[in-house]
Amino acid sequence: MRFKILLIIFFLNLNINLHANELVEESKIHKNLRCLVCQGQSIADSNSDFALTLKMVVKDLIDQGKAEEEIYSFLSDKYGDWILYKPKINQGNFLLWGLPYLALIIGGVIIVFLIRKSSKKA
Amino acid sequence: MQKIIKSIIVFLFIFVLLVFYNSLNRETNYSTDYLVGNKLTNINLKSFDDNKIYTSEDFQKSRYTLINFWASWCAPCRIEHPYLMQLSKEKNLKIIGVNFKDKKINASKFLNELGNPYYYMAKDTTGKQSVNFGIYGIPESILIDNETIVLKKFVGPLNEQNFNDIKEIINSL
Repeated sequence: MRFKILLIIFFLNLNINLHANELVEESKIHKNLRCLVCQGQSIADSNSDFALTLKMVVKDLIDQGKAEEEIYSFLSDKYGDWILYKPKINQGNFLLWGLPYLALIIGGVIIVFLIRKSSKKA
Repeated sequence: MQKIIKSIIVFLFIFVLLVFYNSLNRETNYSTDYLVGNKLTNINLKSFDDNKIYTSEDFQKSRYTLINFWASWCAPCRIEHPYLMQLSKEKNLKIIGVNFKDKKINASKFLNELGNPYYYMAKDTTGKQSVNFGIYGIPESILIDNETIVLKKFVGPLNEQNFNDIKEIINSL
């Protein structure tokens, strides 16, 4: 009897967790999709007609078993990279992605140089 | 080494200036120009009247097709309607109307009042089908060829300039 109860609890918990994962994924996708008819809002933040339609489309695509990247790819095919808040690396934005790392390296080199210089003086 | 650091700082300063200059001169409004030249795929337009579905193969029957997204509740759709009526007389062009999030009775009333320029009328009651065409508001129109390649996209009501552009393209052969 105790085993049966534990089994029921396990499956209930599993079901809740699976549902939670689905919700997290859906809202994560919504947050990365720009509402094209709003001012600086994602579709997660908007209740505009366009945002509501896009949410339905995202839900349909998830139900069809599409992965997050496939959903982004589908929508950027239709609306361009502008619809994504975090677009993929391409020719137009590689500097945006690479510059922080480059700045970090250059900054590191400068700091090392300054430390060495000050230690030599001392 | 100090010279190198100075050069890096100057380079970064110039780079930041260039980024600002470039960003300030760039068009910030959403543009659909990139869609031109793309092929429309997975077209399934449900008929307004019956269970028929208009697919990519049906587009091969006409040299050019203008897909127009409209609704009876859309005021700018009334403005562009006379242009659609004139374009419906063109031999090389078929106009497909996609009735967007509308009530059938209101859509029929609209067409009875202003005329029906559509060779085929489809319905998109939820708006989900229009996402497949990259539509984000209505009215919008897409001019495609018989291979469903996008030749031009018009956001907002068609005007005289758009009308002339369409006529020029479809009569260019």
